[in-house]
Parts: sequence; structure tokens; C-alpha cells
Amino acid sequence: MVEGYKVIVVGAGHAGCEAALAVARMGCRALLLTLNLDAVAQMSCNPAIGGLAKGHLVREIDALGGEMARNIDATGIQFRVLNTKKGPAVRASRAQADRDLYRARMKRVIEDQSGLDLKQAQVVSLVVEGGRVVGVETRDGLRFMAPAVILTTGTFMRGLIHVGLCHYPGGRAGEPPSEGLTDQLRTLGFSVGRLKTGTPPRLDAATIDFSKLEEQPGDLCPKPFSADTLSIDRPQVACHITYTNERTHEVIRQGLDRSPLYSGIIEGVGPRYCPSIEDKVVRFPEKDHHQVFLEPEGLTSGEVYPNGVSTSLPVDVQLAYLRTMKGLERVEIMRPGYAIEYDYVDPIQLLPSLETKLLRGLYHAGQINGTSGYEEAAGQGLLAGINAALQVKKRKPVVIGRDQAYLGVLIDDLVSLGAKEPYRMFTSRAEYRLLLREDNADQRLSPLGREVGLLTDERWQGFTSKLSNLERGKHCLQTKRISPGNYNALARLGLQNLKNGASLEELLRRPEIGIGDLDFLDVELTSFSQEVRSELETEVKYAGYIRRQREQVERFRRLESMEIPVDFDYDAINGFSAEVREKLKRVVPRTIGQAGRIPGVTPAAIAILTVFLRR
Amino acid sequence: MLDTIVAPATPPGEGGVGIIRLSGPQAVDFLGAVFRGKVNVNTMESHKLYLGRLLTPNEERVDNVLAVIMRSPRSYTGEDVVEVHCHGGLQILRSVLDLFLNVGARMAGPGEFTQRAFLNGRLDLAQAEAVIEVIRARSERASRVALDQLDGHLSSEIYKFSAQLKQSLALLEAHIDFPDDEVGTLDLPHLLAPLQQISLQLEVLAGSFDVGRVLREGVNVLILGRPNVGKSSLMNAILGESRAIVNELAGTTRDTLEEQLVLAGFPVRLVDAAGVRDTDDPVEQEGVRRAREKATAADLVLMVVDGSCPLTDQDMLALELCQPDRTLVVVNKSDQAQSCELKLLAGFPCQVAVSAKYKLGLDDLSAAILEFFESDIISSGSEGVVVTERRHREALLLAGAALKQLMVSATELAPLECLATDLREALSALGLITGETTPDEILDQIFSQFCVGK
Repeated sequence: MVEGYKVIVVGAGHAGCEAALAVARMGCRALLLTLNLDAVAQMSCNPAIGGLAKGHLVREIDALGGEMARNIDATGIQFRVLNTKKGPAVRASRAQADRDLYRARMKRVIEDQSGLDLKQAQVVSLVVEGGRVVGVETRDGLRFMAPAVILTTGTFMRGLIHVGLCHYPGGRAGEPPSEGLTDQLRTLGFSVGRLKTGTPPRLDAATIDFSKLEEQPGDLCPKPFSADTLSIDRPQVACHITYTNERTHEVIRQGLDRSPLYSGIIEGVGPRYCPSIEDKVVRFPEKDHHQVFLEPEGLTSGEVYPNGVSTSLPVDVQLAYLRTMKGLERVEIMRPGYAIEYDYVDPIQLLPSLETKLLRGLYHAGQINGTSGYEEAAGQGLLAGINAALQVKKRKPVVIGRDQAYLGVLIDDLVSLGAKEPYRMFTSRAEYRLLLREDNADQRLSPLGREVGLLTDERWQGFTSKLSNLERGKHCLQTKRISPGNYNALARLGLQNLKNGASLEELLRRPEIGIGDLDFLDVELTSFSQEVRSELETEVKYAGYIRRQREQVERFRRLESMEIPVDFDYDAINGFSAEVREKLKRVVPRTIGQAGRIPGVTPAAIAILTVFLRR
Repeated sequence: MLDTIVAPATPPGEGGVGIIRLSGPQAVDFLGAVFRGKVNVNTMESHKLYLGRLLTPNEERVDNVLAVIMRSPRSYTGEDVVEVHCHGGLQILRSVLDLFLNVGARMAGPGEFTQRAFLNGRLDLAQAEAVIEVIRARSERASRVALDQLDGHLSSEIYKFSAQLKQSLALLEAHIDFPDDEVGTLDLPHLLAPLQQISLQLEVLAGSFDVGRVLREGVNVLILGRPNVGKSSLMNAILGESRAIVNELAGTTRDTLEEQLVLAGFPVRLVDAAGVRDTDDPVEQEGVRRAREKATAADLVLMVVDGSCPLTDQDMLALELCQPDRTLVVVNKSDQAQSCELKLLAGFPCQVAVSAKYKLGLDDLSAAILEFFESDIISSGSEGVVVTERRHREALLLAGAALKQLMVSATELAPLECLATDLREALSALGLITGETTPDEILDQIFSQFCVGK
């Protein structure tokens, strides 16, 4: 029996790494257990971080003091900002990673972190005493004890890999699954379900004719994810684009009889937003082509990731359809694509702190909660780590609101609605989207990161200086005016005449004027960083909408501030229908606001609940 | 920051005094915007009644009222509360309510005052439970009203709008959350066209509230005519009971009398006006003046003439008060020999002959009244769909306003996520009637229509 740890993290994927680092950085001794030390922070699917809504999550992780942003900045090989033609709230960063470098750097950071031990072991059960978890037991019979345990098992629990009609147990290609843990969780009373996800074959770069293909380069000035990163200096590599065609689709249709998805072998629910290529062909027969991004797996790797053709068809069909595509006529598969089914634990059984309701001290984060995506996992891992450490320190848990962060939306959705299919973040899931931008993630979350002890002094200074620059900039825009007689300036701005003159802020509200157009009117504006300038511009240009969203948030917060005690007795109230009562008891909402978001809980029920809360 | 809500505090159509209540940070400002008294609202003492007039923005008088401010926290809700005590009667209450809505107050949802009282700790449990009971009881009673079918039409109409808004929002969100190569290029004008249409239809539908109000709150039917043509007898005949004082002497009915009744499902408020004639009697003159006012305000005038004798100057005087399209001429005393020159009434196409005394022709009269209201509903242009709840009207107006904002923003080339904000607002306004739209529903639509995701 090994003692002395405060928190044990099971699984060293994207959730587990963030969790363990947060715990150790908050001064609690942590143990990170993984099945395979060579697969720490492994990118099981595509070699990229960020993307729409996911880039937001990475920035939020950074604002709270997590590692993901720094890790991709240090190992990224192509950076792009997406949605540049759309508005500032939905612009998002994405970067291709060098898979090996990403993994190696994260492992190094973990190894270098004081107060954190990284060990290879397979956990087969939790050690439970008096309604709380007190440690874990490994297959080798070792017991590690700690007052808090975070499960981040990814796709490993009872993982089953499908390639065509063949299937075999595995947690990821080439790695064994983890058995035993879910059986115990079931015995403990957890409701466990089955989900499915998939990944495309990896291709041999030497067998691809890139000269035939359209190139997609990264941005000229790569923008880092982390506030700690000053600039990205590494040379960038390009991705390539090819397309499926009618012949591809025909080959796929021919192979459907050997698809585990269409022959009913796979029982787990797959993600609708990440359909396999056979799914796309069957469900959208009218589309005569689909785009495929060929993403390099790294600077030294010869493998290529074809984004858009994830599949569980037999290997011979995979090869046949790949070879119908332009540039891939002579392609060779290095690793076949596959689907994987795995156990997850319905997150409706969690508190918003990510602690389970059933077992005190036990936290779940990442795919075990039914989510998909590295960023979603990392965000949860970070929060679970923070809360496990806070519990050890006997402090109140941190709960992030829907009005505060995508991470808040993610967790509130999980614990209020549960998960029936793999959950991915979209910007449309956020009610207060205009306020949850990449550029203000630090304003939204860094005070919290600082409070729990995850932000360094240096970082905090950088943040406060950004705040004061924003204030100064705002003041500039509001006080500096242009007089009606300043014809020179008017002409430069392309304006006819201004009756009473205008402040720079008023000028900036005009759709045709950008902050750069105003530099000649006030040199102080040019002294600000690009980041501060663009945030100033956004806050002015969309002031009307931003104000409306702030008002919505105010209303939201009033309901969120009405807390419901965890031991509230729903049976004691006659006014509820049986359905409403059952739902409230299942979710155990933390606030009146959360109760209102549970499907099937009526406004009348909320009114009654409000009344009884005063008792 | 909370908004300021307004609602009638007294039930519609009852009592001589009606109370409109406001609660919220701007309650006093809103009162100041429409109230003129000896004392400025800002210097009014809390919990004290002040006399004054309510004026429209054009300085037209709406009513003489008593206003009281109950300043936070010593009020029912704990916020600043304003109550305006005006004259009872639907027309006035409605106008007063409109005044406050126009200056920026929001129509309160059911139980919202109580909810606020709760949030601010102003109600103890027993009180609150009692209030919620009352609200529940009242809404149950309301749900039994024979207007469910019309409400059903309304909600199916709104579901149609709501479905179109969801479809448009899904399209918009698809273009925000997914790259163009997966969802194609966005054709914004094509997306906006149906929304423009809906924003107009919402306005028409909100306008039908006045017709719907007829159904919900009842219509004002005024019985008018010179003295002694049998107005009170007619009223009694319709009511089937002796309520008004009937006397052979001209000018017995000094003041108006009111009765509520239900006519084939339509709630009707029947008003008997003082006989119209020129007279030196000061009491009578006042009665005549009020009759004139009522004729203007009534939804329908039953203009009673005596069929047994020729039309007199006084008959003509009464007829002058009536608008032909809102008037039903009732030719009374059909049991006697007819000598009335009906051609003088040619300007009034709707006529019915009755004998109030012998209760003859009353079915024809009911049928004519019904026909009048039915045609009114049909002519509202919403194919029989009417808004009967003020809350619904507010929701429709809110949704319409959000769509208008969307059109404006679109012309100013605002980014898609701003347009989506407007569209979500419109949807959530309609959601007050149809239920909330969850983000998952929108995602469902995207996934069913677009081949998205890698």
C-alpha cells in the first residue's frame, strides 16, 4: 500500500494530464497513472488542436492556468485562424500538431513538475470506504491511497475495436483495453452506457502525389494560443486538399455489407457531427463529393492523416476507396481506420464540480463523461483537477457558469442533460456567445485561475497590464474628438460632414471604419498590442449587441444565484407531477436556473420550487 | 438590471375602479412620463395617494386617476412599485396599460409579481403558496373557456412561424459552426426573405389582439335611443330578468346600467344609456353627454327606434351618434302597427325588428349581434386566428421587433453571430407561447440537413 498522495489521476490523456498538473501546481501531491508511458497526451485521432468553439476552449484552459495552449504553441506546425470572414465572437484558432513532439513535450512537463509522480499501471478497481473513494488498486495488486481520485479513462474502458466484420478488445489501435473498472462502477450504482467513435486510416506520405493537389498553407503570422507564448517561430508546413468522387462512393456502397455499422454489429451511439465516410455516403446520396484534408502527422513522421474519411469498413475497401481519389491513386495505408466502442458513465450523475454524486472524492473527466475532443477533455480535466485539489484543501469547489465560458456551457450541459451521444462543443450551444470570445478568455477566467493558484506572478502582471491598456484605450476612444471643421481628417476617413463632430468611438461604430483608420487621429492608439486594439474595436462595433447579451446574463444570474440545497426533499412537495419529480431527483440541480434547463421541468414546477426554497 | 413589469391588478370587466400595477427600477420614471398632478412624481411621498391625469404622448387625457408610489423595499415586490387607480371598465384599463407599455414597461408574466416578491424576500411561505394557488386556480378556470379552439389555431399558426425561424436559425448556425466547404455558401437574401414576411405577419397577428380581446374580455354593446322607445325593456328582454327600472315616464333611466352576459359563447357587456334628447334638466344633460361618449367607445351600438310611430328629431339626434358599420338598428314594438319610415334609416344596413314587451324577434337579434362579431373576426385578415391573450400579443410584438432589428443589422452587414442573436431572441419570444427552443434542436436540424463534420 502506497500512501502520501492527495489526488490520483487514472489515465494520462488530455484530461488526465491537465488534471494532474493542476493538482500538483496547486500544491497537492499527485499521482498520474497510465496504461502506457509512451502514450502520454496521445492524439488518438487527428493531429490538431483547436477549431471552431474548440479554439475558445483552449484559450479558456490557458486563461485558467492549464497546459494545453502552451503545449500546442511549442509543438504546432501550422497555425490558422478560422472564420475570419465571420464576426469576432466566432473566430477561432486551430493548429496542426507534430504528434510526437506534442506527446513528448507534455510528458516532459509532467516529469518536471514537482509534486507529481507519473507511473505506468493498469487500475482495475477503486478502493471505497464509507461512501467515499480512498484509493485505487492496480492489476499487479498494488494499492495507491488518496482522498480523491479522478477517472479520465478515454476510450479504454471495455474498448472494442471494429475493422470491417472483425472486432477485438483494445483501448486504441495497438493498445489493450482497461477491464474491470466499469463492472465495479456498475456495482456501485453508476449508470454506464456505450458510445462509439471512429478514426480514418493513416497514409504513407511517400505514396501520395502532392503535386496534383491543392495546397492549404497556414497563416502568415501564426497567432499563439497561450498568453505565455510571445511568438511562433517554427517554420510552418502545408496541408493538402483532395475530394471523394462518384467512384469513391460506389466503392463504399459496394462494401457496406461488410460494414459493422450497417450490419448491426456496433451497438454504441456515434457522433452525428463526426460521421464516418460510409455514413456520409448513405445519408447524403445527393452529394457527389466530400472534401478531404490531408494533414501531416509531424515534421519527421511519414504518416498522413486524411481528415474526412473516418471509417470502419474492411481494410481492402478502405484501400480501394482511397485510391479512387486524386493524388491518392497509388496510396498505401500504414495503419487502418477503425471504429471503437467504449463504456462511458452518464454525466448526469455528476455535480457541476465534476465530482460524482454517488461517491465522494471521485471525479470524472473527458470521454468517460460522453464527450469527444481533446479540448473538451482537457477543459474538464483541468476543472476536475482544480476541484479535487480544493476538496483536499477543504475549500469550496469552483463552478463555472454558462455566462462565463464555453467550459461552463459544456459542464452545465453534461450535468443537466446527460449525454446520449458523444458531445462536442459548438458555438451555437452558448447562449451568450457574443461575450464568450477567444480574445477575452483571460478577462473571463484569469481571476479565477489566479485565485486557485494556477497563474504565476508574471502571467498575472501581463494580464493586469492588458486590463489597464484596455481601459486606457477605451478612454482614448471616448474622449478624443474630431471637430466638424477638421476637413482634412474627414476627407481621409471618407466622410462628408459631421454636424457636431464625433468622438473616435462614434466614428468606430461606422461599419466602414476600422480602428486602424483612426491611428492618425491619436498616436496613443498605435501604442497598444494588436490584441488590445482588436478587442477595443469589437467592444465598440458590437456595443449594442454586447449590451443586450449582458442584460440577458443579468437575468440569467438572478436565477443562477438561487441555490437549491443538495439534500432538498423533492418528495415533500405535492405540487410536482411524477415526471418532474423524477427528473429533479435524478439531476439534483444546484440552482433554480439549472433546474429550469432540465428538459421536462415546467415553468410551473419552477415557480413551486421557488416558493418552497424559502422554507 | 431587471426590467420593469406592468399588469392589471384587478380582474377585467368588474368593479368601478381598476388598478394597474408596475414594479421595477423604472416604475417611477414610467409614471412620471404619463402622469400629471400637482406634485412631481419624484417628490411624491411613498404610500400616499395623489390625484392627477394620465396623458398620452400627444397630451390627450386618458383618465383622471389616483397614483401611489411604494418605494423599495417597502412594497409588495420589494422593488419600486407604482399603482394607478383608474376608472373601471375594459376600455380605460386597456388604454392605461398601453400607455405604460409604450413608455417601456414589459407585460408581466403570470405570477411574476409574486416571483419578484419572493426573490426579494418580501413574501413568507404561507402568503406565497396562497398566491400561487390563486394563479393556478385562475389559469385552470381560464383554460376551460370555450375559446380553446381559437387558441389552438393561434398556436398552430405560431408553430409555423417558429418552425420557419428554427429552420433559418439552423441555416445561420450551420454557417457559423461549420466551414463553407461543408455547408455551401450562405445566400443571405434568401435566408432573410421569409423572415421579412414573418415579421409582417407577426404584426398582423398582434393586431388581431383587439379582435381577440372581444372574445376574451367581452364586447361593449350599447343600447341607445331617444327616451321611451323601450331600451330598458329591450335590455331586460335580452337579460331575461328585470334589472333596469322601467317606467312609462320619459327620462326615467337616469344613468347607464351595465350587465354581463354570454351570448352564444361570446362574453357581452350590455350597457343601457340614458335616453338621448335635448333637455334643460342638468342631470339629463350629463346622462346624454355620457351616452355620446359611450357610443364612440362601444364595439356595437343597438340603436333602438319605435316602429309604431314616425321617427322624431330625437331619433335622428341619436342616430347621428352612431357609426353605421358599428350599429344595429333595433326596430322595437313590432307587435304594434308599424308606421316608421324605414327609408330614413337606409344608411344603416343592419336592422332587426323586435318586440321587447312580448319577447318577439329576440333570436333574430342575437343572431344579428353574433354575425356582427363573427364578421369582425373574419375581416381581421388572420383567417380566424386571433390573439386573445395580452401576453401573447406582447410575445408577438417582441418577436417582430427582434426580426426587424435583424433586418436592420443585416443591411449594416453585421456578422452572422449578431444576426443569430436577433433570431434567437425572436424565437425565444415565440417560445413564451410554443415553449423554448433548445440548442440541441437547432443542432438536430443542422445534422439532418447538412453533411457536416470530419
